[in-house]
Amino acid sequence: MAKQSLLSPFKAVRYLFKKPKTLRYPFELKDPSVRYRGFHLNDWQECTGCGNCADICPNEAITMVEIPDLEPKPGQKNERPELDYGRCCFCGLCVDICPPGCLRLSRDYFHIHFDTSTFVFFPHDEKTDNEKFLPSDNYSVLKASLSHRRQDNEGFVSDLKYSLFDPERVTMPEVSPEERKLSFIEQVIGYNKEEARREASRCLECKLCEEACPAHLKIHDYVRAIYEDKPEESLKKIFEDNPIPAICGRICMKHCEDACSLSIRGEALAVRWLKRYASDTIKDYKTTLELTPAPSTGKKVAVIGAGPSGLSVTYFLTLKGHKVVVFDALPGGGGMMRIGPPLYRLPLESIDKDVNYIASLGAEFRFNTRVGKDIEFEDLMKDYHAVYLGIGTTVSLSTRVKNAEKCILALDFLAENKIGKGSRVGREIIVIGGGNVAMDVAREAIRVQHMQYPGEEVITKTVSLENWDEMPASEEEIEDSKKEGIQFNPAWGPKEVVLDEKGNVKGLQCMKVKSVFNEQGRFAPTFYEENQMFLKGDMIVEAIGQRPDFSFIPEKLIKKLEFTERRKVKVDENGMTSIPNLFAGGDIVNLNLDAVTGIADAKTASEGMEKFL
Amino acid sequence: MRELELYFGPQHLGMVGNFSITLKVEGDRIVKATSNPGYLHRGFEKLMELRKWIQNFPMVCRINVVEPDSMEMVYSMAVEKLAGIEVPERAHYIRSIYLELARVGSHLFGLWAYANMLGFDTVAQWAMYHRDLILDLFEELTGGRVYHIYIWPGGVRRDFPEGFSDRIVNTLHSIGGCVPDYDAVFFNNRIFCQRAKGIGTVKREEAKEMGATGQVLRATGMKYDIRKVEPYAAYDKVPWEVPTREDGDAYSRIWVVRDEMIESVHMIFKLLDNMPEGETYNRVPNPFKWNIPKGEAYVRCESSRGELGLYLVSNGEDKPYRVHFRTPSYPHGLTVLEKALEDASIADVGNIMISLYVVAPEIDR
Repeated sequence: MAKQSLLSPFKAVRYLFKKPKTLRYPFELKDPSVRYRGFHLNDWQECTGCGNCADICPNEAITMVEIPDLEPKPGQKNERPELDYGRCCFCGLCVDICPPGCLRLSRDYFHIHFDTSTFVFFPHDEKTDNEKFLPSDNYSVLKASLSHRRQDNEGFVSDLKYSLFDPERVTMPEVSPEERKLSFIEQVIGYNKEEARREASRCLECKLCEEACPAHLKIHDYVRAIYEDKPEESLKKIFEDNPIPAICGRICMKHCEDACSLSIRGEALAVRWLKRYASDTIKDYKTTLELTPAPSTGKKVAVIGAGPSGLSVTYFLTLKGHKVVVFDALPGGGGMMRIGPPLYRLPLESIDKDVNYIASLGAEFRFNTRVGKDIEFEDLMKDYHAVYLGIGTTVSLSTRVKNAEKCILALDFLAENKIGKGSRVGREIIVIGGGNVAMDVAREAIRVQHMQYPGEEVITKTVSLENWDEMPASEEEIEDSKKEGIQFNPAWGPKEVVLDEKGNVKGLQCMKVKSVFNEQGRFAPTFYEENQMFLKGDMIVEAIGQRPDFSFIPEKLIKKLEFTERRKVKVDENGMTSIPNLFAGGDIVNLNLDAVTGIADAKTASEGMEKFL
Repeated sequence: MRELELYFGPQHLGMVGNFSITLKVEGDRIVKATSNPGYLHRGFEKLMELRKWIQNFPMVCRINVVEPDSMEMVYSMAVEKLAGIEVPERAHYIRSIYLELARVGSHLFGLWAYANMLGFDTVAQWAMYHRDLILDLFEELTGGRVYHIYIWPGGVRRDFPEGFSDRIVNTLHSIGGCVPDYDAVFFNNRIFCQRAKGIGTVKREEAKEMGATGQVLRATGMKYDIRKVEPYAAYDKVPWEVPTREDGDAYSRIWVVRDEMIESVHMIFKLLDNMPEGETYNRVPNPFKWNIPKGEAYVRCESSRGELGLYLVSNGEDKPYRVHFRTPSYPHGLTVLEKALEDASIADVGNIMISLYVVAPEIDR
């Protein structure tokens, strides 16, 4: 210890001559730091209204309020967070949980007002709104305090590395491209229990997906049940709205995942795979679900087509106690699901699992029965109290270029290889089309090639009018196809199928596409006639789209059936067509052309039929 | 002489925080002192049972206003222990640096309180200014000046900004440059020496018996520091000393505080030199679906006041089942203070209380 002098404290006197350290606020300002946690900012353009900020707030300072004037984007809500600064503790958890990263904290830290209600407000970025924000170059604390305006300067912002949600999905185990292209082995192996629970734990339960799902499945409930390791509960929740989870768990177009909050800056929750996990884990639906149909009502319903929408109508109406008879030309249930998605995506056992369960509830299935040939449509209309049309689009379209009759149609090819004997294929196959069906055809073709010519060099290529950006096939299908070695020729249109002297297919003459859509956004391709290319190939499959086949409906009835502008069957809010007693749904009604929208149509129609019966 | 009952606080010049002492006095000598806490009871431990694991993290810091950071640390440590979460190496270093900065800031605040109470206004102003410089560092690192809400389960909330290490070093150097002035005006000041020496003496055995820790215990000559006894964060990665004094009075305690600040600054320099690159956060599960396995944990760390412990019980749910903090001010403010006040003069009540470093919010929680 130094010597204690009475005089040494007077050393402090020299500080009298130094500049004061105190800032003379508000004339001298101290800039808050870059990460400052002040009042909130929210970019309404980015905000999805998911409400995760309100859920995480430890002080309940955030309320989600509906903004009637706001038109929500598809899959979003028109709710925006309202902040109560009497409660807010500026912890910034809301920033770290915000999936789009639109909610941020600013570097503003004062708000002066006589009216306490101004301490509750909607954070809203309006950099141009001079009534709320002072431009940075015109900023002073005095001006800001007197006019109650703020400065629009970002402080504590979201950082994905430190976010409270996990932007990365649990990787789905798959068979490698090299192995899977040699056989029809199912590509996706499926989550095990631990993986499924880990993936389910990522769900933030904002329920945007449920709005987006055409059939409004209770996604957050069944995902939570999987997380809690109760797959039985999960399956029960699924079956409230969707009776074909084994099918949908594999091939659903997953509108839910497109809407998922997590997908905005990361990977969407694997809702489809989780549904598949629930349906695969439960070996026997019947003992788990314990559903029994209501007492018989004595009403009879005929369902034409055992596709997703037909199956769903059958399920819902059977449970209500009606006698449902399903007619289908195919030897088994599933409709388009039975012939369309190749075995590596949707094995027949999965289809039969769902169909058999619906049959076990008491519905009658008459397979190998083509309406119009084996049984007359008019008889059905006479003998049954109501008829449901779920026939789907079963006829493949042709390009109708020169010699197109030498090509094979997509559905014929797919059906032959899925439920038929299997087709003989060439060594060099050309697939025309850029949609998901074309991908199915191409990927199936390469498998058949490898099985027929083991160890030899085989080629499958696609030709599509659309370029990479416009291609309607889903991104993962395109990626998987590329990995399996399928060649792509985007933005080329077929001109002519070239034949050799014997009349066999030699290749396809193509021309460069100028544009696919016209100014109205309708399909109207134009070509550069002078820019041509010849693609070699000994087999061509056309996969450019399908249309429904109404030929079984007698002429006098089809005249009464009304169609929409887009050539779809017109139905009212009960799912009833312009013909009384006749209901319709699925691909002949909606524009989405997928299974889950078919289920949604079926739900509407079965409720409508229930009213009608 | 007639015995009087005197109510000291909760509003009194010599008090920091809402806390009162009932004194039985004879003249200006204290016969018996009874601590009277409860003015600041906010029920944090109960509130925490109603909030999800991550929602508690912005709340724990509010238990101690002066040094919120150790609170965050124990909470994170307990949750990590229960949930089995690993913390990246760099995060350990950042935590240690951050906690030492907090210690310096807290000690400067304590110095302000002590100097102010004794009438050394100049020193109080200096301490407050220097604490503000440290708050500037916190603001840059975490976005908050007082409640930093920075250490969370799995690591820390953000990495150092660009060039932050240099700014820590610069700030600490400019504060360290004033140590001779502090010494001359305060620590070695004869007036201070006479006010503090022999005041509120606690013997080592008594201190141990009453559960005293921190500088109260170290001022009696005992080298006891959780950072050494049970190293956490990166405290075992660099060499450092535990400063002690022998006398156990207010003067010794404040000198321990002074030496500790200097030791902390040196430790920060060493930690900065050895800090590895890499990740600073291992992601914890989704807060809405985060169930921590059934179990209980007791963790402790050395706050600027002494041993800070947390007993955390999980029932396997998404919220804690029971939370209990062992705060150092509790024994210091209730048992040690009552003992140290015996036979003291009324004028020294605040002097003794602040030298024991009692922060009332810690007692009440």
